[in-house]
Amino acid sequence: MCDTCGCNVTDANRHLIEGDGRLAQTESGRDAISVLQGLLSENDRLAAHNREHFDSHRVLALNLMSSPGSGKTRLLEETIGALSGELRIAVIEGDLETENDAQRIRDKGVAAVQITTGTACHLDAHMVHDALHALDLDQVDILFIENVGNLVCPASFDLGQHRNVTLLSVTEGDDKPAKYPVMFRAADLMLISKSDLLAVLDDFSPDKAQRHLRELASTAPVHTLSARSGEGMQAWLDWLRSEHSAAKDRAAHGQTLRPAIQPDGQRLHTHEHTHQHAHHGHGRPGHD
Amino acid sequence: MRCSTRNAPGVHELAVCQGLMTQVEQIARREHAARVTRILLRIGPLSGVEPQLLSDAFPIAAAGSVAADAELAIEPQPIRVRCLTCGEESAASTNRLVCGACGDYRTQLLSGDELLLASLELERRDNV
Repeated sequence: MCDTCGCNVTDANRHLIEGDGRLAQTESGRDAISVLQGLLSENDRLAAHNREHFDSHRVLALNLMSSPGSGKTRLLEETIGALSGELRIAVIEGDLETENDAQRIRDKGVAAVQITTGTACHLDAHMVHDALHALDLDQVDILFIENVGNLVCPASFDLGQHRNVTLLSVTEGDDKPAKYPVMFRAADLMLISKSDLLAVLDDFSPDKAQRHLRELASTAPVHTLSARSGEGMQAWLDWLRSEHSAAKDRAAHGQTLRPAIQPDGQRLHTHEHTHQHAHHGHGRPGHD
Repeated sequence: MRCSTRNAPGVHELAVCQGLMTQVEQIARREHAARVTRILLRIGPLSGVEPQLLSDAFPIAAAGSVAADAELAIEPQPIRVRCLTCGEESAASTNRLVCGACGDYRTQLLSGDELLLASLELERRDNV
C-alpha cells in the first residue's frame, strides 16, 4: 500500500523528508523545501483505505472503465445472471446524473449504489468510500465499480480497486488505445465488447486493437465478447472466477494487489511480471 | 494539448489542483510559512494531467490561500523505457512505448508518468 511502501510521504516517513528536505536558503532569502510527494496522495491514501476494506472482507474490487455507451451496464447485467448462485455481486455506478444504471442492476436482484457526480468527469476514492457505507461487504464476493463513461480522467484516480477492466466496443475505432494511451495503459484486462456487431462493422479489427494496446507496453489479456449474444462470455466469467479466487488467497495471506500499471515506475522485479502476481507494497508510479 | 474551444480548466485538473493545494497548505503550516512563493511540479505525459490546464486551474484553487501569489513552475518529464527483452533504455512516446532498439513491447517505464510536487519556496514568519 502506498501508506507503507515508502514511495509517498506519510506520517510514518515524513521525518525523513523533514530531516533531509530542508535545503539552504535561496539567494532571495526564501527557504526551499524539497517535497517529492504525489499530487494525488490524499486520494491515494483514501484509496488504500478502501482497499483495506475490500481485503478485510475478502472482496475483489474491479474498476470498469470505457467511453459512454460501450456496454458496461449490459455486460454487468449478463454477468450477474451468469454468476447467480455462485458469486455474490454488488455494483457501484458512477454517472453524472440519474439512477438509471443502478436501477437496471437492482432489477437483476443485486445491491447497487448510484453515485451521481454532477459535473465531475470521474469517480475518486472519496466518492467510492462514501458509497461503501451503503453496502454490506460481508455479503459481497465481487464489487464492480462502473466508472463514469470517459476515456480520459478516470484513469488518473485510484479508487482502491484491485484491477482495471477497460471496455472497447466495436462501434468505436480500433485505434482507441493509441488515441487514449493513459486509459488503455491502465487496463489489466481489455474487453472488446459488442462483438455481435462485427459482422456489420467490418472496419473494426480486434487484432489491430490488440496491436495498439501492445504498443503501450501492455501485457494485459484481451477478450472479445458480446453480452447480447453470449459469445466470448465464458472467458470473461472464467477470468472473474480466477481473479476472485486469487483475491481471496491474497487476503488470507495479508497481501493485497493494485492494478498492474500503478507500480510500473517503481517496480524493480518486472521481468516475469504477470497479472497473477501480487504487487504487495507498491505505490503509484513516479511517486519516488 | 489544450482544447481550443473552451477557456475553463478541466474539472479533472481542478481536482488535481485542489489536492495540490491541500498538500501545499499542510507544508506551509508545518514550516511556519508566511507565504509560498514558488511551487515546482514534475509532470510526465503519461500522468493523464495536462500541464497547461493545471496552470489554468491553479489561480482558482490557490485564491485566498498562503500560495495565492506563488509562481507555479512545471518541469515536464521525458518518456523513457527499458526493454525487458534486450535491456536497452530508449526514449518513447505516449502511444508508442515499445523498445527503441529491438521493438519489443515488453518494456518497463522509467519515467514519464510522474505527477509530483517536487519542491516549495516559501518565506517564513519572522517570529518563529
